[in-house]
Amino acid sequence: MNTTFPATAEPTAQKPWVNRRASVQSALTPLLLAIAITVPLVLFTGLAGPLGAYLAFVLSYVFTSFVTGLRQDKVRGINQMMSTLVTVGFVTAFIPWMSILFTVFSRGAGAFYSGYFTNDMATTAADDALNLGGLSHAIVGSAVILGVSSLISIPFGIITAIYITEVRGRLSGLVRVMVQSMSGVPSIVAGLFVFAIMVSGKSFSALAGSVALAILMLPTVARTSEEVLKLVPDELRTSAYALGATQTGTVFRIVLPTARSGLITASMLGIARVAGETAPLILTSFYSANFSRDLTGQSIASLPMYVYQNFSTGTDIALTRAWGGASVLLGIIFLLFVSARVFGRSQKR
Amino acid sequence: MSTVTTPEQRVITTKPRLGDTLFRRSITAGAMVSFFVLALIATYLLSKSWEVFRIFGFDFITGQVWDAGNPDTGTPATFGVAAMLVGSVVVAVLAMLFSLPFVLGTALFLEYYVNRKLRAVLVSILDLMAAIPSIVYGLWGYLVLMPYASDWAASIHKYLSWIPIFDVKVENFDASPFVASLVLTLMILPIATSVAREVYSRAPRDQIDAALALGGSRWGAIRAVVLPFGLSGLVGGMLLGLGRALGETIAVLLTLNLVFKVNFQILASAGGNVASLIASRFGEAGPLEVSALMAAGLVLFILTLIVNFSASFIVGRTSGSRS
Repeated sequence: MNTTFPATAEPTAQKPWVNRRASVQSALTPLLLAIAITVPLVLFTGLAGPLGAYLAFVLSYVFTSFVTGLRQDKVRGINQMMSTLVTVGFVTAFIPWMSILFTVFSRGAGAFYSGYFTNDMATTAADDALNLGGLSHAIVGSAVILGVSSLISIPFGIITAIYITEVRGRLSGLVRVMVQSMSGVPSIVAGLFVFAIMVSGKSFSALAGSVALAILMLPTVARTSEEVLKLVPDELRTSAYALGATQTGTVFRIVLPTARSGLITASMLGIARVAGETAPLILTSFYSANFSRDLTGQSIASLPMYVYQNFSTGTDIALTRAWGGASVLLGIIFLLFVSARVFGRSQKR
Repeated sequence: MSTVTTPEQRVITTKPRLGDTLFRRSITAGAMVSFFVLALIATYLLSKSWEVFRIFGFDFITGQVWDAGNPDTGTPATFGVAAMLVGSVVVAVLAMLFSLPFVLGTALFLEYYVNRKLRAVLVSILDLMAAIPSIVYGLWGYLVLMPYASDWAASIHKYLSWIPIFDVKVENFDASPFVASLVLTLMILPIATSVAREVYSRAPRDQIDAALALGGSRWGAIRAVVLPFGLSGLVGGMLLGLGRALGETIAVLLTLNLVFKVNFQILASAGGNVASLIASRFGEAGPLEVSALMAAGLVLFILTLIVNFSASFIVGRTSGSRS
């Protein structure tokens, strides 16, 4: 039997997941109301400046989203209010960070000139005009200190990770706890310890700074490498064993090469973690205005100490230098971080 | 009936090759480095600070005066770390309290209020913020935040000075524990948030869906399922932040006025912190003062170890009960 359906009876496709006008409206209403309340509040009360305006806006936004929700029922009112509160908490937390990034780079820009990266401060006082001197000594000093500390701590970090994931000895749990508590050691305590064994009675040195930073760097490298080695599929290991490989061969020829880019990420994160440490360097490598590459025998400059030193001088020109050093430091750290991310991503593919 | 005798079970042993044994031994030895470093730090600080504990005894912990003495006038040296210890705790606990609402807001927002794409971006930004060095926080805290924070402190004092902790003797609000703890708040936010977020993301999906299916709102589901489930993650994250705040040196050194007196008036321009004490005093310290600083470092070391251990214990308990 044939039944013919009239063409008009076919329902038009609905898209319930698309924001309909009503839901856009219900999201916009409290926002617009809040702005409408904020303007007179700022104009006619003592709430001054952008922060005052922000505070007024936030409070009225929380209030209006509660009230507009309340038109439907109490549950909706509370839900809308909490959504606003959570969002506001998030946004408020980001404001100071944006302020930090903005001030560091905008105020630091004043310190840059053509010779900033090639000159040192040997013949320039912190107060001299900004077209003299530079931070080449600090960059090289930081590079020396960070290089040596990575040489110490990256091998040990990876060995620790191999012990936990590959050797799986009886002490794995203990080692993991130790690494965890090592990551909680205050940086000043690490500095103090190195000061006591390497500097006290002798002189400040780049090597002492490196050892202090290596102590702080080890936990980051060890924990990140552990995560990375865990990602290496077990099939690779068992296949290697089935083919008659020794464990040594499996680790060096199969596991480590597989995890290579991840291990590079771990190392970069470790370096980024300690590149800005200041407190341990005050006690170990200190600061010098002269260009130096020596590992021992004398104090050596570094980027964080360059910032600290110029901050301590405190005049406007010195402070500009401090901001300049901070922007270089921040730039280097961000670069390390981003390249660590890029390397890490290429492993997952 | 005949009895069946089962042959004795064989034990299969594979003896590792010599090369593998050597490899395992050397890796094990290398992995002990963290253990040795920690033990070395503890014993070294202890041996160096022994003299101070012998001379001052328990007064080192309870005394407030930190004075290197003066051989010319014959004033004896007195070292007590109480003021700095109290200062550390005051500043760190304040920072923890200030950061609590923002940790909650940020963690919940990232887990339950944004879509996946935006979340990935925001989480990497948050990680990046965790990498900002403390000297930059200190610089910004002193030069940018302090003028605002002093104004806020002045208005808090104006209206709430009848509460003892908001009272001040001299109306100078710069470089107070309030300012220092605001800077620390920012510094501990990323770490505490990432721990809390980690735990929130493991909240049982089926229970959340059940709450929503029963007609609960998004907040209803969060309140009924996510918050109770993630409580220990939140507490652990906050404790981890507390441990970091207790040991922070440079940011506190730059934003806090070091005064050797126990001070609970958080708006007053006086306070302290064990870590910044060490950084500020060791330059001109004589032998006895150096060992007093070692003792202070030891106290700080033990304090942060305790806090960090309890943090990882609390967080570890949740991650075990994954559902």
